[in-house]
Amino acid sequence: MTSLAGCLLLSAILFAVGLAGALVRRSAILVLIGIELMLNAANLNFIAFWRYGPNPEALTGMMFVIFSIGVAAAEAAVGLALIIFLYRNKRTTDIDRVNSMRG
Amino acid sequence: MLFSIFAILTVAGAVAAMSFRNLVHSVLALTFAFAGLAAIYLLLGAQFVGLAQILVYVGAVAILIVFAVLLTRDDGTAPRSILSSSWKESAVVVLLVFGVLAWTISRSLVFGQGGGSLPRDVSMQEIGNALMQRFALPLEIVGALLTVAMIGAVTIAVNEKEERR
Repeated sequence: MTSLAGCLLLSAILFAVGLAGALVRRSAILVLIGIELMLNAANLNFIAFWRYGPNPEALTGMMFVIFSIGVAAAEAAVGLALIIFLYRNKRTTDIDRVNSMRG
Repeated sequence: MLFSIFAILTVAGAVAAMSFRNLVHSVLALTFAFAGLAAIYLLLGAQFVGLAQILVYVGAVAILIVFAVLLTRDDGTAPRSILSSSWKESAVVVLLVFGVLAWTISRSLVFGQGGGSLPRDVSMQEIGNALMQRFALPLEIVGALLTVAMIGAVTIAVNEKEERR
């Protein structure tokens, strides 16, 4: 069933799995992986709507995904640099133990 | 049919990535999910995006995450549980989000609508023309963003104590 609804459902499942990873796990790196999965789910939606939408020759959805992949790569690099900095200061990547700014 | 196989593989990879205790295994499963998504992009007729997905995600992002995992080995006091302290509330939020998304999709007009005919292949020349003409400004901005992000990442991650010594 390569239909628009199938793509949207797959994207919703991927988004939920990524959200679960970002919220439920306690490793900071797993949080970043979950965010990457959610970004990929959004990309899949763009491609699906580009493919089944009214004006595929305008390439708008495809261009959006190309730029989104570039921005996601930048986000991953900065996020992992932050995690390495966190590890150097706290000797841990456990987000439950990084609570010095807690009120 | 092919779409269902790749969709199941992708979801299995994503779920495995989120549930493994060992982070290196997680990244391996994540590459699996990214590759499955790339195959789905190819099935949908977006060749360039599918190959870019393989290059950027399977190639670069996965290697980056593996490096981060190896650079941040936890000390001996590893936590008993892999779940965070607020996992119950989080699970409720996740189920709510998925419920709303699935309900909206099942109620929308696209549900049950068959697949249209595959559009003709998009040539690389068309993509290049679009990038250089209509989308030239966003392309430049993404270039600047990548440069700034690279400088920022190096600035954050560099070891200042060793620099001063």
